[in-house]
Amino acid sequence: MDKESKLTPSQQGYKKLAGKHEIKRPVLKNCVKAFIIGGLVCTFGQMIQNGYVAYFDFTEKTAGDPTVATLVFIASLLTGLGIYDRFGQFAGAGSAVPVTGFANAMASAAIEHRTEGYVLGVGGNMFKLAGSVIVYGVFAAFVIVLVKYLFFGL
Amino acid sequence: MMIFVNAFVVGGIICLIGQLLLDVGKLTPAHTLSTLVVAGAVLDGLDLYEPLIDFAGAGASVPITSFGNALVHGAVTEAQQSGLIGILTGIFQVTSAGVSAAIIFSFLAALIFRPKG
Repeated sequence: MDKESKLTPSQQGYKKLAGKHEIKRPVLKNCVKAFIIGGLVCTFGQMIQNGYVAYFDFTEKTAGDPTVATLVFIASLLTGLGIYDRFGQFAGAGSAVPVTGFANAMASAAIEHRTEGYVLGVGGNMFKLAGSVIVYGVFAAFVIVLVKYLFFGL
Repeated sequence: MMIFVNAFVVGGIICLIGQLLLDVGKLTPAHTLSTLVVAGAVLDGLDLYEPLIDFAGAGASVPITSFGNALVHGAVTEAQQSGLIGILTGIFQVTSAGVSAAIIFSFLAALIFRPKG
């Protein structure tokens, strides 16, 4: 028996009614915003990266690390000032998908839970949102590299 | 100059895919980001992500997909040098900067700032 047929007739009626009044997501508008903001964040990252190559002793390849660290720093600061979350509401995936969104998820969880104490609150909750990204990333990478190693030879 | 255009377009497209997963796929943000990270890892497993970084620079290295790419990359590089155990020792090699920075700055932010609204 599927979920739908388990509902009583009045529940089905309510679901229909609720569906009619559900706010449609402005998908196209959201996508345009995500594209432009996400593109701008990456362009900004490229500017930082070029700066590290031009003014410090980094090559194209090694400039990635300080670039990411700088973006993470900026995102944490903006999160602390309460600016990033407002920006995120506007930009959707444009602010969540770049590495700044990852930093925002961690910093906002850390700040939000500080009232529960520095160990259980800040320490325990920092990875609440970002943790799933790390867990799935690491496990997927492990499986992929293991398969490559065993069957294809690196 | 071209690198900025490429970074904008490729970075924008990756974020657009994320937005589609959120809006059309009706995934939560955590599911969306996890999916993108796994996608980045798979792409690097197929040796497709590095060419994308060469083409788009920060447009490919700033989105979270590059986290998956970097995890695979570090593990492969270490495994080439020290065998099977290299997968475990190398997995965080490349991503260390991002993860460490995020932990340190988030902790500092929690020390300095109070929750807003």
